[in-house]
Amino acid sequence: MIDFGFKISPSSAINMDNADLSLYEKVREIEPDISKCIACGSCSATCPAGRFSGMSVRKCILDLQRGKKNEVKKMLSCCMLCGKCTMVCPRGINTRHLILSICKLYKED
Amino acid sequence: MIYQGKQKIWADYQKEIPDDRWYYVRSCIRQNFFPGAEKMFMEICRNVLKKDFYESASHTTCGGIAYHCDTIPQETVMTIVARQFALMTEAGYENYVASCITSFGNYIEILETWNEFPELEAKIREMLWKACRREFNKPKYVAHASDLIYKYRNLIAERAKYRLINKNTGEPLKVVEHIGCHYSKMFPSKGVGGAEYPYVLCGMVEAWGGNVIDYPERRHCCGYGFRQYHIKANRGYSISNTHKKFESMEPYHPDMIITNCPGCPYFMDRWQYAIAEMEGKTYGENGYGIPVFTYEEVAGLVLGYDPWDLGLQLHQVAVEPLLDKMGIEYDPKRKYEGLNHKDLLKPELPGVLRCC
Repeated sequence: MIDFGFKISPSSAINMDNADLSLYEKVREIEPDISKCIACGSCSATCPAGRFSGMSVRKCILDLQRGKKNEVKKMLSCCMLCGKCTMVCPRGINTRHLILSICKLYKED
Repeated sequence: MIYQGKQKIWADYQKEIPDDRWYYVRSCIRQNFFPGAEKMFMEICRNVLKKDFYESASHTTCGGIAYHCDTIPQETVMTIVARQFALMTEAGYENYVASCITSFGNYIEILETWNEFPELEAKIREMLWKACRREFNKPKYVAHASDLIYKYRNLIAERAKYRLINKNTGEPLKVVEHIGCHYSKMFPSKGVGGAEYPYVLCGMVEAWGGNVIDYPERRHCCGYGFRQYHIKANRGYSISNTHKKFESMEPYHPDMIITNCPGCPYFMDRWQYAIAEMEGKTYGENGYGIPVFTYEEVAGLVLGYDPWDLGLQLHQVAVEPLLDKMGIEYDPKRKYEGLNHKDLLKPELPGVLRCC
C-alpha cells in the first residue's frame, strides 16, 4: 500500500439495497404508531435536550428507516425522557414510549 | 406526461449542428494525456468523412484552467478567447469547434456574457486591438468536438469494422458514459439533451452497438474539479468523488467507460490505480480495472485503427481485455514501440491493479 499523502473519505450516500432495516422492523412490530410519523419536526422543535446535544426524535426515526443504528443509539443516550415531544405530536404518537421501546431493543441486542 | 409534451421538451434540447466547414481548436492537456484522441478526430473528419476542418498553429490556451483555478481575471480570459476568434475570422471560418469541454464552456460563457453586457464586448475588442492589432467576428456556431462525432455517428457506424459487442457472447458491451460537467451543466440549452438527459455519448454508444448503463451516480463529477485536484491538500476530496462513482457503477459490471472531457478520462483512469494502491480494490474483471476511453478513441477502435496508433498504451488501466472482447486484432509486441520503431521502454507494473 502506498501513502500518497491524502485519503479517501467514506461516502455519505445510503444504498437502501444494503441498509440493515432489521431494527426498524422490530420497532414497528411493537410500536406500530411509528408508521404514522409525518416527519413534521414538532418533537425536535420542542426537545429541551436537542438544542445542546443534537437529540431529535424525527431524525431517530429517519435514521432507523435508513439502517443507521449507531447514530440512533448516540442520540437516544441524550434523551431525558421529559415527554414534551409526546405532548406536541400532531399524529398522537407516544414518542416517549417509542424511545423507551427502542432503548429496550438496543439492550436486548 | 403526455407523449407530445415529452417530444416538445426533448425538441428544446436538440442542436442544429452545421455539417461542414469548421475551425478546430485543440485542448491544452489532451495531447499529453491521450495523444491519439485529437489526431483521430481530425483523421475521421478530414480523411474518412471528407469534411473541411481547419486548425491554426497560432492558437493558444483558452485560459480556462487558470480561470477556473482563480488565478486570472475574466477580462484576461475574454481577450485570449477574442484572439482565438480573430484567428478563426482571419482563416475565413464561421463555425468554431473546441476539443476541450472546459474551453467549450468557457466560449459559451463568454459569448453569453457579451450578449448580456455589450459594453464589455466593446472593451475586449479595444483590449485585443491594443494588444495585438487584431479584430474578430463572433462565431455563428460553437460546438464541442463530441457534438460532431455525435452528428456523424451513423456515418461512422456505416464504415465500422468492429462493433461494441462481446464477440464471445454476442451481447452488447455494457458501457458507462460520462459527460464533462462544463458541457451542459452551465448552459443546458447548448448541449445535446441538456443537463439532465445529455444524449451526446449515449447516441454514439447506441449507434455503434453498445448498451448504456444507468447507475445512481451517473451525473456525478469525475472528481477532477480543478481546485479539488490542483491544490494538493484537496486531493483526498478529488479521489473520494471518483471512488464514489466507481462504487456506484461496480454492481452493473461495466465493460468500459466513454467520456468527452479532457480531465474525466484521465482521472477515472489514473485514480483506479491510486484506489487500488490505497484500498486494494479493483473494479474490472480478474483484477483489471475498467478501461476508460475518449469518444475519439472509441470511434477509432470501431473504425478499425490500430490500438497502439490511437495511443492506448498510455492508459493506466489495461485495454487488452476489452480489445479481446471486441475481437480487435493487435500485436502485444508493438505496444511500447514508438514512431520510427523507437522503443518507448516498458513502464513498471503496479502492485495491485493488474496490467498487461
